Amino acid sequence: MAKKSVWSDNRFWQRTAAWITGFASVLLIWLTFDTNAQIAMGNDSDLKNGVTKRVPGPTVINYKITYEMDKKRQHEVPVIGEKEKFFGRDDYSEEEATELLHLGKLGSQSKNCMNCHTLLGNGAYYAPDLTKAWLDPAWGPTGSMQAMTGKSTKEEAMAEFLQNPSQYPTHARMMPNLGITAEEAKGLVAFLKHMSSIDTNGFPRNFGKMQGAVNGK
Amino acid sequence: MANSYLTSESKKLATWYFTVAATLFGAQLLFGLVAAIQYVIPGFLFEILDFSVARMLHINALVVWMVFAMFGAVYWLLPDETGIETVGIEVGKLLFWIFTAAVTVVVLVYLFIQVGPADATSIWFIHEGREYIEAPRWADIGITVVALGFVANLFLTGMKGKRSGIVTVLMADMIAFAGLYLTGMFYTDNISVDQFWWWWVIHLWVEATWEVYVGSIAAYGLITMIGAHRQVVEMWLWIEVTMLFGSGILGLGHHYFWIGTPEYWWEIGALFSALEPLPLVAMFIHVLYDWGKMQGEESAKGLDRSVITNKPAFTWFVLNAFGNFLGAGIWGFFHTLPQVNLYTHGTQFTSAHGHLAFFGAYATILIGMMYIAVQGKNGIKVLNNSTSTIFATSMIVGGVVGMTVALTVAGYSDVIISRAQMGATWAGYFDAQATTWLTQGMVWRLIMGVVTFVGFFFLAKDLLTIGKSNIHVR
Repeated sequence: MAKKSVWSDNRFWQRTAAWITGFASVLLIWLTFDTNAQIAMGNDSDLKNGVTKRVPGPTVINYKITYEMDKKRQHEVPVIGEKEKFFGRDDYSEEEATELLHLGKLGSQSKNCMNCHTLLGNGAYYAPDLTKAWLDPAWGPTGSMQAMTGKSTKEEAMAEFLQNPSQYPTHARMMPNLGITAEEAKGLVAFLKHMSSIDTNGFPRNFGKMQGAVNGK
Repeated sequence: MANSYLTSESKKLATWYFTVAATLFGAQLLFGLVAAIQYVIPGFLFEILDFSVARMLHINALVVWMVFAMFGAVYWLLPDETGIETVGIEVGKLLFWIFTAAVTVVVLVYLFIQVGPADATSIWFIHEGREYIEAPRWADIGITVVALGFVANLFLTGMKGKRSGIVTVLMADMIAFAGLYLTGMFYTDNISVDQFWWWWVIHLWVEATWEVYVGSIAAYGLITMIGAHRQVVEMWLWIEVTMLFGSGILGLGHHYFWIGTPEYWWEIGALFSALEPLPLVAMFIHVLYDWGKMQGEESAKGLDRSVITNKPAFTWFVLNAFGNFLGAGIWGFFHTLPQVNLYTHGTQFTSAHGHLAFFGAYATILIGMMYIAVQGKNGIKVLNNSTSTIFATSMIVGGVVGMTVALTVAGYSDVIISRAQMGATWAGYFDAQATTWLTQGMVWRLIMGVVTFVGFFFLAKDLLTIGKSNIHVR
């Protein structure tokens, strides 16, 4: 009997499958360690010392955040600037800010934000992406949301909207009332502000810069 | 095929799993329909059964019915592959009832409690608010126990009986499947870390372990339905495992482009996920090649008859080979490169891919397994198509393809206007939603959703009655 070719040998392919799977898994685990070190949340002293973190510490809510083109990386990155008042204060301690963010992140899950909106682009597509919602011109001084909610700051307008969303319809498709309390709303806004400071490698691109460029208007 | 159903408790348990799976499939379509109506008529059930709740039920029913059918299919094939009764079958039955009861409670809580306060009790007892794996923490623990029990039964049976290549692959695959679920069971304030591990569950399920599972089931189907040679089928299976895990594990990188993770995932994710369609092409060729080969052998003997012993199931298996390649492969590849994904991420385009991929890769083959169970349960030699089979298959397939096309068209205006032109703001989002492409796309999606839903009733009727029909060879 002629010798069988290795290419039609089941044992050969079984071993190949095991080796390839093992190799891919080991590489993934190694990259997971590296990535997790890079996306660990920063802290207050990083912010005070101007150390850039991909995911800044919770006290980032004490600062002004912008989203600007980075010449070297060729895409936009969040830039953490001067101090900025958040619900009238810019001196939230690490504990206070952590507590607010904790409340907001828990709120984002328990209120099921992700099954209408996208967060970091993941979720449902029934409502706008929230990745950089904090930086959206609609909530800024020239946008319509502050006037609509009768509030004079972005964070107050957002909190008011979150508590009574169906009172402020922005579209035929409305956000339902989810029983969000004043404190939860504050936490959610802190969560949104923190999320806007995450370095998302330039996603979304051209955010908020190209208004009114549709249908020739 | 000898009627092993009558003597096998494992096969009996499999039919229980299939029954619950088919019921949940109906629930998935029902809540999908509610969500689809809300896109067209936004006030529909507003603040009664909101989109977020309907959609959560839609995607959770999807995941759970598939897991039920996957467990069922394994319990079905184990006695055939190992030659013995499944070890621990009584525990298996108990776990089935626990699983079914837990799912019922979870669904009722989703439906009637819907949201809770922003604290840990909501996460533990209502839902976790994390797409696809929303199940509350108590249910997570329950699911883990059930999954481990299932894996234990599979291992003990595989070690005691004859361990075929198919069973070996399933053993390795199902332990990874159960283990990966654990990576989604913790809470963190850091949303980037949250999504990083969340994708370990979702991606390493649907783009790695579930695909390998499908390869094993397809192998089993080819052997039982057209008498394909085990040696050849199992060699292909190992090649498929090599290619699926070789591309799928690091293909995980395509979910790490924009969630705060480093830039190197662009290259890793792009390269490996671009390779992901390859095994799907291979699986498609393999199924059709084996079919042609077995039919050719039959013709060479001068016999003018089909080699297929289960026509409806084989149709679904071929649809799987094609749908997996098209829905997961092509529709996935469309937007997997970072330079494209920068604009398509989180748009209706993703939704189009999701519909065709879950259906093509998983729903098809699992429905096929249900027909194999109908055949076995009724001791039928050759199961033929009934009129309902034809209606069910064409309406469900036509409906899902129609929804996919509609969502893809809607996706173009979503991508171009809300992402590329308007830069993804609140205003940009609604400008895209108002375009003719998107609004009409959503109407067509709803129409095609109704077609799918009607097809489901034909399918249910067919699964319940086809076994008693006299059109088969017994």
